[in-house]
Amino acid sequence: MSEAEAKPAGRAIPAPAVTVESKPFWDAAAEGRFLIKRCTACGKAHWYPRAICPFCASDDTVWEESPGEGEIYTFSIMRRSPTGPYVIGYVTLDEGPAVLTNFVDCDPDSLRIGQRVKVRFQPTEGGPPAPVFRPL
Amino acid sequence: MSLKGKAYIMGAWEHPTRDAPDKTSAQLHAESARGALADAGLSFDDVDGYFCAGDAPGFGGMSMVDYMGLRNVRHLDSTETGGSSYILHVGHAVQAIAAGKCQVALITLAGRPRQGQGGRPGGGGARPGQLSDGPPEAGFENIYGGSTHNTYGMCAMRHMHDYGTTSEQLAWIKVAASHHAQWNEHAFLKDVVTVEDVVNSRMIADPLHLLDCCVVTDGGGALIVTSPEAARSLNRPKVKVIGSGEAPKGPSGGHCLDLTCSGAVWSGPRAFEEAGVTPADIKYASIYDSFTITVLMQLEDLGFCPKGQGGRFVADGNLISGVGKLPFNTDGGGLCNNHPTNRGGITKVIEAVRQLRGEAHPKVQVANCDLALAHGTGGSLGTRHGAATVILERE
Repeated sequence: MSEAEAKPAGRAIPAPAVTVESKPFWDAAAEGRFLIKRCTACGKAHWYPRAICPFCASDDTVWEESPGEGEIYTFSIMRRSPTGPYVIGYVTLDEGPAVLTNFVDCDPDSLRIGQRVKVRFQPTEGGPPAPVFRPL
Repeated sequence: MSLKGKAYIMGAWEHPTRDAPDKTSAQLHAESARGALADAGLSFDDVDGYFCAGDAPGFGGMSMVDYMGLRNVRHLDSTETGGSSYILHVGHAVQAIAAGKCQVALITLAGRPRQGQGGRPGGGGARPGQLSDGPPEAGFENIYGGSTHNTYGMCAMRHMHDYGTTSEQLAWIKVAASHHAQWNEHAFLKDVVTVEDVVNSRMIADPLHLLDCCVVTDGGGALIVTSPEAARSLNRPKVKVIGSGEAPKGPSGGHCLDLTCSGAVWSGPRAFEEAGVTPADIKYASIYDSFTITVLMQLEDLGFCPKGQGGRFVADGNLISGVGKLPFNTDGGGLCNNHPTNRGGITKVIEAVRQLRGEAHPKVQVANCDLALAHGTGGSLGTRHGAATVILERE
């Protein structure tokens, strides 16, 4: 793990609300694996993960491990924060869907739309680790 | 007009489960919807009206519309009357169908009271280590510090990237609002500001500055909508509702996320079509202004200018009454006047009514104002929101 990765973020991430539908995602996250859902009926991957495909309403959705790579679709640097600036944004995964996340391990002012990023997991306050993305 | 026989129930399906430890309430909603649609011989894409009560997971009906991937909803109703809601929804669906607001209405109920704290999906917030049954998107979205500021900031960032929109152009929207607010004795901010004031104010959530943001105020408002007969009996100028449209918009499974446009791309054309007028006919526009970018995107989406040209359209005082081509928010809007309980929709209609009555402040009253529009988006443009448009005519 690089020094940048080991550096804690200023803003603590609260524990995500885990449901019976999303539990496999968070169990995998605890093992450092990033899962997305894909529908075997229509072939499309979607985000956030659902039991029923939001494109064709099929039950035939399966978990798929993703490298968690993609590009920044957009972002905003939140300056009004007691713990220092943090970045929220969307990543467009290589598999297609856009994912809301935080961009970390970077100088926020250097971020650019279209920049390549990769997932890593960050501890949360008493919950499973959450996927965040860092520039490649 | 009687509604007798104006609509039919063509699908009905009861979920077989009596104990659902392994499914979320959102999932039970979707499974129920799918069952009723299959019974009718229809699909999710056929649904253009969606009804749920206040216990459905998420924000109004918007989370469920997004969860189920309903792409064609043009009528949304989350009226809450407890267990009777769904019977009442049938009546409301008949009204909507008879009025041409939708053709296929989906009504859903689901929940899991046997699963302890998960029984009330609205309750949502489980303690760490416990399973939740809240809004289906919550675990994947609510942990990243999203606020109105930075989720709208994301929209502005992408709009600038795609279309070259500048902070100076956005600032013109605040400048116009401040020119109007100076005449409003109740306005929270009465000082006229310049483009420089806006772009030099401190950054809140890039690229939105402090003065790109609306005010936070207490307050409220109310409206009275009457039948034509009641209107004729009352001694006030008549403001006729001639068009309305609505549409939810969300990430829809993460494909085709386009944060540079809002649900106004659907709600606007529906309202204009019903009214039989075009954006060029509108003399005054109330446009929800939670942030400057909100106004710019909605002006484009409503058709006041081509997509991507909003920056040029709002610049140089084009929104200032008496100066520009499209006077907007002549009360000072949310950017300067007020934003009661962080919901700006009702004040948008109120100022449009004032303009049509000729009762706006003389310094901002639009001459011969006989046609006005009021439009808003609620929720967040950066995640999921509901757009609503009304077109009003002085009679």
